[in-house]
Amino acid sequence: MPFIPHTEEDVREMLAAIGAPDIEALFDEIPQTLRCGKLEQLPEAMSEMEVAGLMSARANQDGQPVCFIGAGAYDHHIPAAVWQLASRGEFYTAYTPYQAEASQGTLQVLYEFQSMMAALTNMDLSNASLYDGATALAEAVLMAVRANRKSKSRRILVPRTLHPAYRRVVQTMVESQDIELVELPFDPTGGHTDPAALAAFEGQDIAALVIPQPNYFGVLEEVDALTNWAHANKALAIAVVNPVAMAVLTPPGEWGEQGVDICCGEGQPLGAPLSSGGPYFGFMCCSQKLVRQMPGRIVGRTRDLDGKVGYTLTLQAREQHIRRSKATSNICTNQGLMATAATIHMALLGSEGLERVAAACHANTRYLSQQLISIEGVAPLFNRPVFHEQVLRLPISADGVLEQLSELDILGGLDLSRDYPELGDAILVCATEKRTELEMDNFQQKLQMILSC
Amino acid sequence: MSDIPNELKYCSTHEWVSSVDDGVVTVGITDHAQDQLGDLVFVELPEVGQSLRQEAECAVVESVKAASDIYSPVNGEVSEINEALMDSPELVNDDPYGDGWLFKIRIADEAELDGLLDADGYREAADA
Repeated sequence: MPFIPHTEEDVREMLAAIGAPDIEALFDEIPQTLRCGKLEQLPEAMSEMEVAGLMSARANQDGQPVCFIGAGAYDHHIPAAVWQLASRGEFYTAYTPYQAEASQGTLQVLYEFQSMMAALTNMDLSNASLYDGATALAEAVLMAVRANRKSKSRRILVPRTLHPAYRRVVQTMVESQDIELVELPFDPTGGHTDPAALAAFEGQDIAALVIPQPNYFGVLEEVDALTNWAHANKALAIAVVNPVAMAVLTPPGEWGEQGVDICCGEGQPLGAPLSSGGPYFGFMCCSQKLVRQMPGRIVGRTRDLDGKVGYTLTLQAREQHIRRSKATSNICTNQGLMATAATIHMALLGSEGLERVAAACHANTRYLSQQLISIEGVAPLFNRPVFHEQVLRLPISADGVLEQLSELDILGGLDLSRDYPELGDAILVCATEKRTELEMDNFQQKLQMILSC
Repeated sequence: MSDIPNELKYCSTHEWVSSVDDGVVTVGITDHAQDQLGDLVFVELPEVGQSLRQEAECAVVESVKAASDIYSPVNGEVSEINEALMDSPELVNDDPYGDGWLFKIRIADEAELDGLLDADGYREAADA
């Protein structure tokens, strides 16, 4: 049964009422050149039984390897209660459950989510989540260009230490809007963005500086100096952070003299499984003075006529259903289910639990790194402190090594040669709190074996 | 029937403009516009010194139900903004032609005012 509620008669009557000859006429505004025509690569429809069979075959291909890859998505333990609760029908099935009189539960969860994210980043406020980390950054860039009225340049400084996929997504989303992304080189010894490198841009008109923490290499950036530089040069500071790391690192609201203006990132480490790359969710927080430039949905707490506490969407006048093409964003929705899981995840862990997770990730990565660099020819590439990832140089091409490790059910890190050919034979490894000493020792032995062949 | 003072000039986009005083005109939104928008919660004003082009967007008034652009009625440069609106946007609702003014423009060419609507013209245009 197709889930289309309108009969042909309904459709005819609606078209007649608005004076359109057919449904095609409703899309007149879209130029022919932008239309893709018939989708030729789509496979034929399958039955539910066939789809279930195909999916379980695909899932079996994944196997149960031990994961030492991070690079933006992290293999954390998720307490069983998280998805047991998040899968309740009230949370799981609702789409755009924002009708205040019928959705107090969902709205309250999102309000709690916002409160937690604002506390974690020590920013004034948070929205109700965005699509994912990379698009959240693109939204942050657009927001900064709108909000920074002192700057006319639409130039954004983006460090090369930022996740390569984020750089590509931001480029795709802003290139048609006359925004220029200027790449900042990284220090080859530290693997960080040397604040001294910014001297080249001193006095230039820059709308915003992007500051990742930790950066793609796992390395901690000099966030205070970078934030201060941005503000001294009338640029906004945009932080891109790992939310788990925020439990042990200085939060962006406290960077430099004034804290950053916008903070965003990928929320997956808070309760979303790796799940072949999605669904994940983005988060975004900002300072009070930028609240009217914040994209996405914001839930507010208020009181009803009887004085009872209630929750409702707020500041909607800047959203696209009211402001149309001039809206703060044209992706005016949120990842409600993922944000719900994250809220439950954070509530279960508490601030102490999250801090222990972060500390365990850091300790495991240090241990793993020590084990691996005891192998001849394996060495850390950068000398600055890391959170839970590290770049290691291998004596031979990473490609083949990682292939052999995966045959032994070890996902031994990410080959950096595609995105950073200047690093040579380098891999990015990660050990979350889930990795045991046994697993890490086994990784070391297998790598030693492969390299000594 | 909303209040449309005879001594002001108007745009069909609901801005009013005062007569020239020492090269400067004052701009606000009409009583009809504030009534249609409802309670204002925020006003985003141009910066002092910013040059404005006639009919270009230069400010935003936001109520609980809509955010609307304000268009500059004339060419010129912003000479002053109503700072009181930052904390009290409701002044626009309470006194749209007085304390609720938005900004002042050092007008480039006073003759531009002749091209704007008078009170009767605005009443007709706005059907107010």
